[in-house]
Amino acid sequence: MYEFDWSSIPGALPFLWTGMKVTLEITATAIVFGIVWGTLLAAMRLSPFRVLSWCSAAYVNLFRSIPLLMVLLWFFLIVPQVLEHVFGLAPGSDVRMTSAMAGFALFEAAYYSEIIRAGIQSVPKGQVAAAYALGIGYGQAMWLVVLPQAFRNMVPLLLTQAIILFQDTSLVYVSALADFFGAAYKVGDRDGRIVELLLFAGAVYFVICYSASLLVKYFRRKVSA
Amino acid sequence: MSMISIRNVSKHYGSFQVLTDCSVEVNKGEVIVVCGPSGSGKSTLINCVNGLEPFQAGEIVVNEVSVGDPKTKLSNLRARVGMVFQHFELFPHMTIAENLTIAQEKVLARPHDQALEKGMKLLDRVGLKAHAHKHPGELSGGQQQRVAIARALAMDPICMLFDEPTSALDPEMINEVLDVMVELAQEGMTMMVVTHEMGFARKVAHRVVFMDKGAIVEDAPKDAFFGTPRSERAQQFLAKILSH
Repeated sequence: MYEFDWSSIPGALPFLWTGMKVTLEITATAIVFGIVWGTLLAAMRLSPFRVLSWCSAAYVNLFRSIPLLMVLLWFFLIVPQVLEHVFGLAPGSDVRMTSAMAGFALFEAAYYSEIIRAGIQSVPKGQVAAAYALGIGYGQAMWLVVLPQAFRNMVPLLLTQAIILFQDTSLVYVSALADFFGAAYKVGDRDGRIVELLLFAGAVYFVICYSASLLVKYFRRKVSA
Repeated sequence: MSMISIRNVSKHYGSFQVLTDCSVEVNKGEVIVVCGPSGSGKSTLINCVNGLEPFQAGEIVVNEVSVGDPKTKLSNLRARVGMVFQHFELFPHMTIAENLTIAQEKVLARPHDQALEKGMKLLDRVGLKAHAHKHPGELSGGQQQRVAIARALAMDPICMLFDEPTSALDPEMINEVLDVMVELAQEGMTMMVVTHEMGFARKVAHRVVFMDKGAIVEDAPKDAFFGTPRSERAQQFLAKILSH
């Protein structure tokens, strides 16, 4: 019978926390840039200009058809070399963190843009007509009338996507970047306690994600109220 | 003096003809009721007046500004033309007070205090001053529509368009909205009203325009319209809606 030994965890907490900060940093960056870029993509997709709409659709379909792991690998393998070339960085500079953030942000934007597009379309057309009828122009109608309502409807879906993203950041493991999962794995590997550390990491992911999903439930009730 | 002049306007969606050669004159201070069976193009016609819907042929001139002219800045025109919708279309994420002030501030660039004062005055006028802090969802349909009228009036409109303002309301709320509209008409507001409320038409309309299948079948002074409608279609329509 396997004997659990949790003793290596308390001492490793500061290191694990460093990992958690990496995870949160990647998640937060990807959420912020993903939503901003995703909003732009959604606006392009819904715009009357064919070229913009087509470009946005192509982008979204491309990223939604490629496994996230592959996108990340590309970013880890190709982007650093491009950056080195373009910005004249010293070869071997550690741009893994930047690559990870960029990869996630661009990938998530594709998903966010679809959520945002649906959210914008969920706002009744009469709302825009009412704004126009008051003399409000397209831009302000979007900003003052449509987007606030759209975002209200979208909050649960955006949060759900953020929860998925938070879990998916563990894929930076392929670049040996020490996010929370990577840190836990390293500690386990060092102390020969991989099972305990992975169980602990799993528990932490569970608590965070489950709490967040309760929050989603709360927002869902609020939105439908 | 003509406030709204609709001249030979035609509109089609693809091959479907929605409006055929429609002409209506609305003079300053006149109240025109537009009625007709559903799908006859009444709402489309009124939506063309402030350019919410484009039209392919003819001309609409509002206060000497051509609506169809690509050089016309539609938002400037719309800021002066009040519109009230069937489904109120208050902004649900804003309070009643914000609904009343937002366009005053963003479009007319009125200072907030001034906009709020104006909004509250109009809210008081439609009897809803106590509800200023609430959101539209907390109000009844009739109350929301009265707010929508106040919101349009806050822009100091030169004329008002009403697109079936009472048809989404429960019967007991129709009158509170009509009362506001009657008062407005009696004050001399130029109004173009799409409605089936013939009581309203009898009370305040100067002329009644009857539409069928996208065309204007009859355009007559109120008394002539209700007394002796010339077209058979208008006679049938009146018989149907007035028989109860």
